[in-house]
Amino acid sequence: MAKTSFILNGEEVSVEADPLKRLLDVLREDFEALGVKEGCGEGECGACSILLNGKLVNSCMIPLGAVEGADIVTPEGLRETEKGKVIIESFADTGAVQCGFCTPGMMMAAEALLEKNNNPEESEIREALSGNLCRCTGYDLIVKGVKTSAERGKDLW
Amino acid sequence: MVKSYRPDTLPEALKLMETRDMIPFAGGTDLMVKYQSWKGTLPGFPKDVLFLNYISSLKKIEVKGETLVIGAGVTLSDVADYPETPKVLRDAVLSIAAPGIRNIATLSGNICNASPAGDSICALYALDASVVLSKSGGNRECALPEFITGPGKTSLNSGELLTAVKIPLKKANVQEFRKVGTRKANALSKLSFSAVAEIKGDTVDGIALAFGAVGPTVIRSTELEKKLTGKTLEQIKLIQKDIMNDYSAMIVPIDDQRSTAAYRKQVALNLLKNFLESGLVQEMQ
Repeated sequence: MAKTSFILNGEEVSVEADPLKRLLDVLREDFEALGVKEGCGEGECGACSILLNGKLVNSCMIPLGAVEGADIVTPEGLRETEKGKVIIESFADTGAVQCGFCTPGMMMAAEALLEKNNNPEESEIREALSGNLCRCTGYDLIVKGVKTSAERGKDLW
Repeated sequence: MVKSYRPDTLPEALKLMETRDMIPFAGGTDLMVKYQSWKGTLPGFPKDVLFLNYISSLKKIEVKGETLVIGAGVTLSDVADYPETPKVLRDAVLSIAAPGIRNIATLSGNICNASPAGDSICALYALDASVVLSKSGGNRECALPEFITGPGKTSLNSGELLTAVKIPLKKANVQEFRKVGTRKANALSKLSFSAVAEIKGDTVDGIALAFGAVGPTVIRSTELEKKLTGKTLEQIKLIQKDIMNDYSAMIVPIDDQRSTAAYRKQVALNLLKNFLESGLVQEMQ
């Protein structure tokens, strides 16, 4: 066991846990961040996507010991921001959500993209979402959800 | 229970490496899958873990003279974003996994994992890359083909850490990376092909061709490259059949869960043919 401190959704936090514990499990179990989902557990599906120092990462592939001092944003943090609200509403209005399991990860990937590129082409959206699997929608409506987020949030990103 | 260490400096890390047998952990995207246990339980690392991501000196990517030096902590995304990265390497890196993994996985990790299907390795062979291996006593440099000795095997000695990748920045106006996989993102290669060449007028001034995932390590033949060097387009047409036959003898893939030996060999040769007939030609004409 060791103490690890980091910033979680804007708040300084610390946790006593094994440094090899997956960040995914730390976030879900120690911080009740249940928007972080476990799909495959090996980096293929993106359901556990979070932002680590502003970059999209798979939290199932990162042990707690690697995030000392890091800035972490989970879907719980994103949904409280103006940008997050635009993404959520855009996804809802375009029908980008069916079962919803991939949705938090998709939104994190959308946020990571829009931070870098606030007017993405369809091909850029598909590339940005390429690590996030959805088994319901066929992706087109999610792509539309991201495009709509970009349009509605023009002044935010 | 295994321990883990978070050194802030390279000397500290090397000192730790000297005293115990540890698993160096850079991005960890291969290690976390390799040692994953039941969901929700701790990964089963067999040895103590040395986290390298707190060592800021390893996160540098820079051009020194005529060489691109990429530190062991530099992620695949950073390699792809760096303006001086050769196109063949950028394309190879962007063919690996997806953004979320590339943001944390490192180039050095892809090398140390030494998978025959490691896409960056194929491009790095064609670029004549070498690696810097450090230990407390000092550094040694090793050409990539001498470093990677077999599937998952390297010539890294105990106590040594791969600290940087060096790529000589030569003139190369033709650079091509091709990957064949089941889908564009997150698929491991069935095979890959890298070509780096410098064309002057209608003549091949220099050329390097590398094939990934069609043998225990990347396949490259400087002997056959010499046969192509100094040749014009017309001359290459005349020897193309012989060259293809020579490469065919060297390309020895296996059947596995991702593809078959027959498919891999045929497609590798098709990519070579395509490159000789159109990749090179476009630049020459």
